[in-house]
Amino acid sequence: MKIHQLSLFLENKPGQMIGPCRLLARENINIRTLTLADTQQFGILRLIVSDWKRAAGLLTEAGFVVNVAEVVAVEVPDRPGGLSAILEALENCVNIEYMYAFPFASADRAVLIFRFDKPDDAITCLQAAGINVLSDVQVYDRIEK
Amino acid sequence: MIKMPDVCQTGFHPASTPDYIPVARMRELQLRRLRAVVARAYEHVALFRRRLEERSLGPECIRSLDDIRRLPFTVKSDLRDTYPFGLFASPMQEVVRLHASSGTTGKPIVVAYTKQDVDVWTSVMVRTLAACTLHEGDIIQNAYGYGLFTGGLGAHYGAEGLGATVVPISGGNTERQIMIMKDFGVTAICCTPSYFIHLLDRAGDLGVDIRSLPLRVGVFGAEPWTESMRRHIESAAGIKAYDIYGLSEIIGPGVASECYCQTGLHVFEDHFYPEIIDPDSGETLPDGAEGELVLSTLSKHAMPMIRYRTRDITAIETEPCPCGRTIRRIRRIGRRSDDMFIVRGINVFPSQIESALLAVEGTMPHYQIILTRQKGLDEIEVQIEVTPEVFSDKIGALEDLNRRLVKALDQTLGLRVNVRMVGPRSIARSEGKARRVIDRRDVSD
Repeated sequence: MKIHQLSLFLENKPGQMIGPCRLLARENINIRTLTLADTQQFGILRLIVSDWKRAAGLLTEAGFVVNVAEVVAVEVPDRPGGLSAILEALENCVNIEYMYAFPFASADRAVLIFRFDKPDDAITCLQAAGINVLSDVQVYDRIEK
Repeated sequence: MIKMPDVCQTGFHPASTPDYIPVARMRELQLRRLRAVVARAYEHVALFRRRLEERSLGPECIRSLDDIRRLPFTVKSDLRDTYPFGLFASPMQEVVRLHASSGTTGKPIVVAYTKQDVDVWTSVMVRTLAACTLHEGDIIQNAYGYGLFTGGLGAHYGAEGLGATVVPISGGNTERQIMIMKDFGVTAICCTPSYFIHLLDRAGDLGVDIRSLPLRVGVFGAEPWTESMRRHIESAAGIKAYDIYGLSEIIGPGVASECYCQTGLHVFEDHFYPEIIDPDSGETLPDGAEGELVLSTLSKHAMPMIRYRTRDITAIETEPCPCGRTIRRIRRIGRRSDDMFIVRGINVFPSQIESALLAVEGTMPHYQIILTRQKGLDEIEVQIEVTPEVFSDKIGALEDLNRRLVKALDQTLGLRVNVRMVGPRSIARSEGKARRVIDRRDVSD
């Protein structure tokens, strides 16, 4: 149930993001969603893409430092209290390293991407609480619509 | 009377006999050989003859070993200026092998061997491997690169000469290295220490515990490494890790080697005569004093090197070694004299920075040192290219790595250093080696 997220090291200066984006565009790989984490010195571009294996290979070949991490995608109703139900399920189970969220264009639902220290334990807790954990295909599917 | 040591404990091989000859006899042998090699170089190497004539000296000026101080130094640029064959003392018909090492400025330096030189090289590598406690029956995985680099073939001939079984796997393809190490029951490996650390990491990823394998010895050289790296390697791999020393200009690997005591490297001084000099004045320093290592080849035919300045900083140990070898030891080499810079009055060598980076990251990242002066105070920044091995998607992990690097550098140098992680390939490579130090300090202010 885990999905694959690519992370790229970027220096904190203008023009750093365009290289990988241009490469993925040329190869017809769609960026499903992304988040950019920044520090004073550097940034980390985290990407969920349509074909992560090919994207990781192409980016590595092009000289980027790429990290592949397993993250967990969860579907929630897009309304007050949606997130807190999930956090309650995880409260005594695992630590969240970071997360990001995005809504669907045409639905009352949102997708949350979680990076856990123990993703397998997290999935067990979430599913036990009846929360919908999405597979790779489902995530791409949901975001596309 | 030569006292022969116990075979098992000290790794004795018949070729190691000269390691134990009485000091006085060694000095006689060295003097005889020094006179012969000076005469040979004078006769056949134009540059050497011209330099002696400029000093109104002839080959007969060597009456005692101390007279070596009268001879001019040979430096790396001499090899470059006479590229490719200008320092050869043998006609090409007698040269059976050429090697070359990467230069910092384009052209490599070329070294030559006669059949007899190759035999000497083999014998000193046999003595090296024997000192590292290897013997017949050992299966040696030789992961030094085969080719123009002297490491691969030098270790190969030595291992065969020892009577051990050689696996000539050369460098690279780490997964195959691990598979073969396991399947062949390899007992010893020859490679650079940083490559071995990389191999250990890979083995961990693949679920192979090197400690459970028959591997018992690592013969590591060709780059500086530290005692903390040795401790890490020995405990993580369950082996003994030995330091060996050599350079192509002299012969390749096989100039000096540690023994089981691991307290300095024995110089095979029946073939390579060591001196320690003050790198600034060129004056010879007494045994025990730290300075630049200068080596003279005592038996080389194709390419004699007289007083070659290695730029490596070390000292000759004065105490006899408990292993019983009478040949002198040099202290483990941690730094070189030609790349030192001074920050806030403290001498800094890039090799110190390298060993700190190696200790933290396990492998050597590409790096550059930037010196600036802000408000009259020198600042030192080390830029380090991020490698896939250390890169994480978590900011905390990268910040933690940065903190550990700063701490290791602080402890090694005694200086507060700024560490900046930069993108892959963002540090310019010149031809061959990179320019390590960029000095932007404006001395006029």
